[in-house]
Amino acid sequence: MTKSGFDIKKHFLVPKHTKVSEKEKSEVLEKYHISVYDLPLIVKNDPAIKELDVKPGDVVKILRKSPTAGEAVFYRCVINV
Amino acid sequence: MTDAIKEYEDKLPKSIIDSLRENIPASISQAKLKQILEQTVAEYNESKADPGECIGNISAESIGEPSTQMTLNTFHFAGVAEMNVTVGLPRIIEILDGRKELSTPSMEIYLNKPYSEGKDIKKLALSIKETTLDDISLGFEINIVDLSILIKLDRELMRNASFTVATVVNSLKAQTKGFNIKVDDDSMELKSRSKDINLNDLYKVKEKIKATHMKGVKGISHVLPVKRGDEYIIITAGSNLKDVLKLEFVEPERTKTNNIFEIASVLGIEAARQAVINEVYGVIESQGLNVDIRHIMLVADVMCNSGYVRGITRYGVVSEKSSVLARASFETPLKHIINAALVGEIDYLESVVENVMINQPVPIGTGLPSLVTKVKK
Repeated sequence: MTKSGFDIKKHFLVPKHTKVSEKEKSEVLEKYHISVYDLPLIVKNDPAIKELDVKPGDVVKILRKSPTAGEAVFYRCVINV
Repeated sequence: MTDAIKEYEDKLPKSIIDSLRENIPASISQAKLKQILEQTVAEYNESKADPGECIGNISAESIGEPSTQMTLNTFHFAGVAEMNVTVGLPRIIEILDGRKELSTPSMEIYLNKPYSEGKDIKKLALSIKETTLDDISLGFEINIVDLSILIKLDRELMRNASFTVATVVNSLKAQTKGFNIKVDDDSMELKSRSKDINLNDLYKVKEKIKATHMKGVKGISHVLPVKRGDEYIIITAGSNLKDVLKLEFVEPERTKTNNIFEIASVLGIEAARQAVINEVYGVIESQGLNVDIRHIMLVADVMCNSGYVRGITRYGVVSEKSSVLARASFETPLKHIINAALVGEIDYLESVVENVMINQPVPIGTGLPSLVTKVKK
């Protein structure tokens, strides 16, 4: 009756999440003149980043589909709980 | 030509790049193309919100004004839909308040082939619906003399849901430890093994076994197969995204629920943000109103900023404001001021409300630069 583990990345509501390298991270922070915890947050055990192997303080890049911009890049900072 | 446009991919959003690609003829000269692109970038930057623009206020008014029309319209739409689903202003309030208990939770379940073409659609729908013991029995009786519970089962209903007495007894066993179950033709008698059970306890047991989960997905109270376009889907009352996604005949990619919190816990915060936008925009659109989606995107971003879904209430996003005075100005001022006094909170007067209170220029628009630039004394 049940199938094991549907990959939630395929769900139409879930945009693509990728881990940001240290270099790109400092570029982003430089661009917006902020520190990492000023970014919007995402919790470490969020289902969408479970497989990304991230730790608190890392930055996750999200490629959203946007009705106005076509594609929009968004950054979130990983936090504990 | 494409190379020249590629250089501008960082400066313009994808949708503009795409429409440039589509609309510029291939025979254009390099100089003219460059001119067009420069002009586009200039126009684009011109149309961006300025730093210090009070976009929150603009969004609030842009959503608020059309909502006043909505209250009246709600009347016509209530009850017309296949199943009663909250629409209109009450639904918008429900979403933006971030309520965990919805008044009408609902799901749209898409199916894999061949079920999406209508194969066994009724049977599938019924198999999702949660069935409890109460649903398949005619009545529960307590025999006061024998101190036993008599359950009369409905043969007809049981046959429809393909139950046998044996399966019923099996699923009851876990719930009724310490009871002997005696099965008659279409009734069951539960008798306690221990002698000193009183009537009160027996009554509690009776109420408990009424809700025994027999079959289906927990929380789904009604199902309705409908045809949308040229495929069949199942609309439900009650929601349980996690368990429904695991079902074999469900197409999980498109299956959705109207419960934002369930989406946040199963699919993550970004999916929840998208769901907030879809739900709010869906309501506004169904009312025939015209609100720019950017305003709704802003609200959704604010609600999902902290990694959790927060409603626009004093327990939600307002509680995250750093300023005591701003929090106090929203709701329950005394509570906030007293608590702040107890722990010695400091208000840095960095935002709008607190500056209005003490009659200072607010840091929006032209009031902003004085706070941003460091002026040397």
